Amino acid sequence: MLHALADPWSEPIMRRAFAEVVLLGIAGGALGCWVLFYNLSYSAESLAHSLLPGLVAAALLGLPLLLGGTVGIVVAAVAVAVVARTPAVGRDTAVAVVVTGLFGLGVLLALSPAVPAGLGELLFGDVLGVSNSDLLFAALLVAVVVGALALLHGRLLVVGFDRTSARGLGVAPALVDAALLVLLALAVLVAVQGLGNLLVVAVLIAPAATARLLTRRMGTLLVVAAAVAIVAAMGGLYLSYYAGTAAGASIAGVLVATYLVAAAARGLIPARRRSAAA
Amino acid sequence: MSLRPPLVAGEGLAAGYGAQIVLRDVTFAARAGERVAVLGPNGGGKTTLFRVLTGELTPRLGTVLRPARCGVVPQTERSRLDFPVSALEVAAMGAISRLPWWRRPGRRERAQALEALDAIGLADQARATFGDLSGGQRQRVLVARALVQDADVVLLDEPFTGLDSVSAERLEQLLVRLAGEGRALLIATHDVDQARRWDVVLCLNGRQVAFGAPAETLTLDVLEETYGADLVTVHHHHHDERDAD
Repeated sequence: MLHALADPWSEPIMRRAFAEVVLLGIAGGALGCWVLFYNLSYSAESLAHSLLPGLVAAALLGLPLLLGGTVGIVVAAVAVAVVARTPAVGRDTAVAVVVTGLFGLGVLLALSPAVPAGLGELLFGDVLGVSNSDLLFAALLVAVVVGALALLHGRLLVVGFDRTSARGLGVAPALVDAALLVLLALAVLVAVQGLGNLLVVAVLIAPAATARLLTRRMGTLLVVAAAVAIVAAMGGLYLSYYAGTAAGASIAGVLVATYLVAAAARGLIPARRRSAAA
Repeated sequence: MSLRPPLVAGEGLAAGYGAQIVLRDVTFAARAGERVAVLGPNGGGKTTLFRVLTGELTPRLGTVLRPARCGVVPQTERSRLDFPVSALEVAAMGAISRLPWWRRPGRRERAQALEALDAIGLADQARATFGDLSGGQRQRVLVARALVQDADVVLLDEPFTGLDSVSAERLEQLLVRLAGEGRALLIATHDVDQARRWDVVLCLNGRQVAFGAPAETLTLDVLEETYGADLVTVHHHHHDERDAD
């Protein structure tokens, strides 16, 4: 049994993959709690798609793809924040307009014959293919995301709780929104390396949604969400190793399964006992 | 009282959203210790006026004197009751403007929050989740937030909506005390009887209909102009109906 548990980690590829998903779990889990309460789940998915023009432009210019992705996604985040403030547009439409526009631009650029191969890996992710430098960069980004969330915690609470009163309390909701979107963009950038565009949302949303079923304080929620993400990601890697399934998809699957188990458990525990424990 | 400088005021204010002006010709002032009833139908411009006073909206016309510290007590039915915060955390939010952007309320601010919760009689609910409290308790926690903020002007958006009579009475006593401590309160309300008991009344219906002491201001003409046809058709505000009779 112990042998079976230890076996996958004898391979450097698996150890690097595990380190990568731990980093994703910490950033995605903690950030996901705010994403959930700020109704940014759709934005999270869309930002992943908005990476494309930045990546392609970097490939064309011979710059590091991660740098291109970073610039592209920050531009998208700021554009969404600005367009969403137009009263007649609204956030959902703003995200759709900005991201579709950027995605279209990316496709246009990608049709250029000068674009080198390898773009697909960044778009669709390869958690078993992360290099040590990828890990280092991911660790730096996680430090930024977690550090910023800690510093902004008070203001994130004020705006998330009651946006209309925030200004009266001396907090500018637009700045907090923009900061959260930029952090979200950076986290997506990290997660895309391992999980790819389509599965990024699983790491951002599922752990926070699971934690929300288990606790009722933001501080505890952040820690539980990160822990859920790490444990589920580890489970996903085991599944991938022994069942021979794709690593990113396995992690996403286990994350969703964890949520379903938590939801079922919550349904079985009487509400009174829950609130006494919370 | 009229010798004191106003804490919040507007002159010839007009405000709106996009191309639409929803409130115009508002000229009023509220001084320390005054409770101002802001009376008007839904869509009459009460919330728009509050948004101008907090700085969320820029007036299209006119000038506004904004309070230095403007407390807001919104309708809690519209806030996120599933948000994972305790009553104490909500009260402590009042301290955020005194902190640099990178700091969150700490030990000192939490002590102030607990003191404010004690002042409104909810110290024993400090650890309760905000969304689990009753409507009246939530309103008082938001008043505690304004206390921690040391707000000199407090805007209350229909604070009595949905409260039972005991909770409403307790909140009303609290408002008397807040005004007595030298604050100006603007209270959006539908309740004409209640407005009669306060110091000043500001009637809005897309524009300012009247402003002044309730006894002289709340005439049948003014009420009809404020509420229009609604005055006789509104069924859930029995006070309005009584006034119309």
